[in-house]
Amino acid sequence: MLTFTIRRLVLAVPTLLFISLVIFLLLELAPGDPMAQVPLTVPPDVKEKMREALGLGQPGYIRFWKWLVQFFWIEPQVLIDAIFGSSFSEGDLRVISWQTRSPVMDIVVQRIPQTLWVVGTAYIVGILIALPIGIYSAYKQYSWFDQAGTFVSMIGFSVPPFFSGVLVIVIFSVNLGWFPSIYDTTHKVVDWDSFVYQLQQMIMPVTVLALQITAQISRFMRASMLDNLNQDYVRTARAKGLGETTVVMVHVLRNSMIPVVTVIALGVPAIFGGAIITEQVFKVNGIGQLLIGAIQANDLPMVQTLTFIFAVLIVLFNLIADVLYGLLDPRIRYD
Amino acid sequence: MTDKDRLVPDEGLAPASTALPGGAGPLEEFTKPPSSQWREVWDQFKNHKGALYGGILFLVIVLWVYLGPFLWTIDATHIDIRARNQGPSLTHPFGTDQLGRDTFARMMAGGKTSVSVGITAMLLALGLGSFVGVMAGYFRRLDGLLMRLTDLFLALPLLPLLLVMMLLFRDPLNAAFGPERGIFILIVAAIGVTSWMPTARIVRGDVLAIKEREFILAARSIGTTNAKMILRHILPNVLSPIMVSATLGIATAIITESALSFLGLGFPPDFPTWGRLLFDATDYLQQYPERVLWPGLAISLTVLSVNYLGDGLRDALDPRIRGR
Repeated sequence: MLTFTIRRLVLAVPTLLFISLVIFLLLELAPGDPMAQVPLTVPPDVKEKMREALGLGQPGYIRFWKWLVQFFWIEPQVLIDAIFGSSFSEGDLRVISWQTRSPVMDIVVQRIPQTLWVVGTAYIVGILIALPIGIYSAYKQYSWFDQAGTFVSMIGFSVPPFFSGVLVIVIFSVNLGWFPSIYDTTHKVVDWDSFVYQLQQMIMPVTVLALQITAQISRFMRASMLDNLNQDYVRTARAKGLGETTVVMVHVLRNSMIPVVTVIALGVPAIFGGAIITEQVFKVNGIGQLLIGAIQANDLPMVQTLTFIFAVLIVLFNLIADVLYGLLDPRIRYD
Repeated sequence: MTDKDRLVPDEGLAPASTALPGGAGPLEEFTKPPSSQWREVWDQFKNHKGALYGGILFLVIVLWVYLGPFLWTIDATHIDIRARNQGPSLTHPFGTDQLGRDTFARMMAGGKTSVSVGITAMLLALGLGSFVGVMAGYFRRLDGLLMRLTDLFLALPLLPLLLVMMLLFRDPLNAAFGPERGIFILIVAAIGVTSWMPTARIVRGDVLAIKEREFILAARSIGTTNAKMILRHILPNVLSPIMVSATLGIATAIITESALSFLGLGFPPDFPTWGRLLFDATDYLQQYPERVLWPGLAISLTVLSVNYLGDGLRDALDPRIRGR
């Protein structure tokens, strides 16, 4: 198992390098000029110097190498400095955003809590709702509960977040006035009232995201339970005289959870990607919003870094899913 | 179809067809020609109520967006500023927007673009996916390389990359093909290039299994060339996973296009698509909240019908479930 993990980790490095190269080459084709906003009165030689200050003067491969060094060597040092108060990274040039002229990672670190709060809560809520639904629909296959569950998850698949989000805003914010339609990220929880307000503003984005997550995971849970319910070991357990609760909730559930856990792990990066739209609808000031803003402002270092972070998340959680699968299911041996 | 029928092996299907407790008497059983595979697929498909209604609904939507403009002759771009912001009436069943354009006509025009993008992008993704899948499954030498490529594409963060592609290639393509055609080509290509991977994986798996069957050995023994083998023996047999991917592909393509338009990086403002109409309607959310309903419902209903269709197709094309 350990060798497998190490081998996969080593394999992930060229994959990630290749992905970063693809992203870099794509951005290299960008037609936008970061100097387009500079007034025409600025003389050309000054403009050229400004361009060089952004690191644009050199050929592509040098800039790619510089980005790699900054991202993989200098940024970890900054992180270590921030934790231990050391000064490894002093004087080193970090990945600088063209929009704000401040380090990209600082902005990312500022934005991550908002995304994690909303998306993370939604993911946990979605899973907590999905598992019981999946278990019960499989246990009572073709019952009205199962049919209703199928229909609700079909709706969860089919209604895109930019419609369900807008719809809940229309109903609960415009017509009923229960919840605020815009997520206020500057809001701080200090007492009971502000906590209630925080809950109120989180309900709608979390519901919209959780609907999609519930739809997917409850389907998986149901299918996995159905696969296991007809197995011989279930009949054996019943024949031994075990209670129905023990059979379903212990024997079947534990075996059915194996593929579901990996699906949950695989879904984490996809949720970050899907949250781009939800964040945009509710004006959550998170990572997705940052990416959209950076794309519209032609802020290439920001776009490159953010896209790469998404790629790292995908590769990492793929790895986690594979390792989890091997750990949970003793029948699977990678070595 | 008849050509394919003969090629499709039906070992697994024979018992199912004779065991069917249909109304056919013993005499009819003999006079009736042996039912073809597609006939049985259709019989199973009919029994899946959700799939049948989904298919009908999807057909209705497609006919509505393509043939509707011939019956409803108000131009989607016709501006009648005096009739702006009207509610539903006989002349304007869905009301009018802030420039007095007929929302019903705009919904049809938008649907035409959205559905066209969905179908074209699906065809592109399907073509790419089937090609990669068949190549990887059939030629052992290509397998490792092509599957690593598929894994790589699966590891790419797709939505951010789509957004970046929109940003980068919009202007050059607009200059080359005109604003509408350019963005159409761009969106179709971008969605197609980023969504072929699941199809490729499924097709490869099926090709690997079919390659070991006796009829392939028989075909090879009479000297069938690789190209003929793939076109006449392999492809017809992997048609069912391809068809299921096709329906799901339409759904994802429509959602992706709408998402891009909703984020303001899709079609230009004066060129309606369902996503764009929804995006425009959110500006008037406070005053006219009903305006977001039509495009949102249209997208959701289309995707819902296609998903049900795919669900039913999957059941109908799976010989293990059929006949039950």
